[in-house]
Amino acid sequence: MEDIKKRIKIIKFWDYLFGIVGLLSTFVGVLLLVILFIDLFIDGAARLNYKFITSFPSRFPKEAGILSALVGTTLVMFVTAFVAVPLGVMAGIYLEEYAKKNWLTNIIEINIANLAGVPSIIYGLLALGLFVYFFKFGESIITGGLALALLILPIVITATRESIRAIPNSIREASYALGATKWQTVKNHIIPYSLGGTLTGIIIGLSRAIGETAPVITVGALTFITFLPSSPIVKRFPFISFKWLFDPFTVMPIQVFNWVSRPQKEFHINAAAAGVILLIMTLLMNAIAIYIRYRFRRKIKW
Amino acid sequence: MVTENLKAKVNNLNFYYGNTQVLKNNNLPIFEKKITALIGPSGCGKTTFLRCFNRMHDLYHNNRYEGEIILYPDNINIISPLIDPIEVRMRIGMVFQKPNPFPKSIYENIAFGLRIRGIKKKSIIDEVVEKTLKDAALWDDVRDRLHSPAFNLSGGQQQRLCIARALATNPEILLFDEPTSAIDPIATGKIEELMVELKKKVTIIIVTHNIHQAARIADYTAFMYLGEIIEFGPTEKIFTVPSDKRTELYISGKFG
Repeated sequence: MEDIKKRIKIIKFWDYLFGIVGLLSTFVGVLLLVILFIDLFIDGAARLNYKFITSFPSRFPKEAGILSALVGTTLVMFVTAFVAVPLGVMAGIYLEEYAKKNWLTNIIEINIANLAGVPSIIYGLLALGLFVYFFKFGESIITGGLALALLILPIVITATRESIRAIPNSIREASYALGATKWQTVKNHIIPYSLGGTLTGIIIGLSRAIGETAPVITVGALTFITFLPSSPIVKRFPFISFKWLFDPFTVMPIQVFNWVSRPQKEFHINAAAAGVILLIMTLLMNAIAIYIRYRFRRKIKW
Repeated sequence: MVTENLKAKVNNLNFYYGNTQVLKNNNLPIFEKKITALIGPSGCGKTTFLRCFNRMHDLYHNNRYEGEIILYPDNINIISPLIDPIEVRMRIGMVFQKPNPFPKSIYENIAFGLRIRGIKKKSIIDEVVEKTLKDAALWDDVRDRLHSPAFNLSGGQQQRLCIARALATNPEILLFDEPTSAIDPIATGKIEELMVELKKKVTIIIVTHNIHQAARIADYTAFMYLGEIIEFGPTEKIFTVPSDKRTELYISGKFG
């Protein structure tokens, strides 16, 4: 009897010990983010104001701002989403619902998995060769957007496929049994029911792209730019202009990198402030992704 | 047995999943506006047999049909590759083992079959929704919440909704694949009553695990064993004077 009690005590001690170690390990991740954020915030607090957001970069740290980087990032993300979302979603739907299971599909699947692991600088090199030199798009917004679109394409495809796979087969059979064609089933059931997971994947992909520096530097984004791309809305017919696509640009991470590499201490404050804003943008996108997932999970249950 | 009452006839039906033969040389008449039950132990091929009638097997690869299922009165072989499975499914409806409503409103569940047939007029859809919900004995339960999600219904109600959904497009034959196996006894009773009521309008084929259910509602019963239809006849005869030893053993609960 005493023996058993002793034994239980020892076993329980290990139980307890693992609980503590596990908790500490978990906190490392959480604490890191918090400390990182607070540290950046303290460093950059002095420059975090409206003027910082609405000013162009400058030789004088006190006058420099992130306007061109913010606009550049927004426009590049727009191009990225415009290209990667339809391509990725359609490829995902095709692979799940249409493709026959044969060796060709297997090769495509392996390739997509591998694409997700390709270092981002390689995408930059590809974009440099293909979009800058071959298609002569120049070192422009469209080139940057396309490079990042290639980068997140596998993420969007994988997310689409996974959310489609979560739809039980009984729902497909119900639709087909009523006489629906493949496209009617996809349009009325597969796409709406997988939308939550797909949107989440898209946003996660974009929040990855927003912080990427290497491919954008490779395609030749500028580091010092004191003008905005041309306006997409013009006074003359047809009132919409795509000239902005071919304008030079910079993005947030490049701006941060540029300021950090300056010798003057004051620029480092700017870098921290811009870092805070970039981090907030990413966290916000992730928050939206979580919210969408929550909304859709609540609405659809099987 | 007069041909006039024949809705469909299965002739020498073989079915293969890849190289495995699951159905062996089956023959079966299906009489119009009657309930035909398929009984037999698990894995004997009842569901596989049923799913030939609406070409469900076409959705998956490496499946092969041989033989014919003739649909009357137009005398076409519905498992022939020349016949589009979509056409077959438009004419032959199905209710599944587990209730599988779409995660949409009650109204939209029923409207879907009409919408894919190009019917857009709201007044027509409204009318059909009401009529089929009445036919499925569900109207009184849901009339005030047609636009609330179908998932808020109980299991039995969900299954009746699936029956209404299948009825909305006026099928000539309605296939039931163990429709009550996931449902409580009271709801099962209601669905059985409903099926007996429905046979006034539509030919019914039902697969069931529950031999008592077959005895209660079916006009004709087929006993299947290891992919073969061993015996077919009026339900009464099958349950009282089966001619095959295996049928007798199964009916009396000696195996299954």
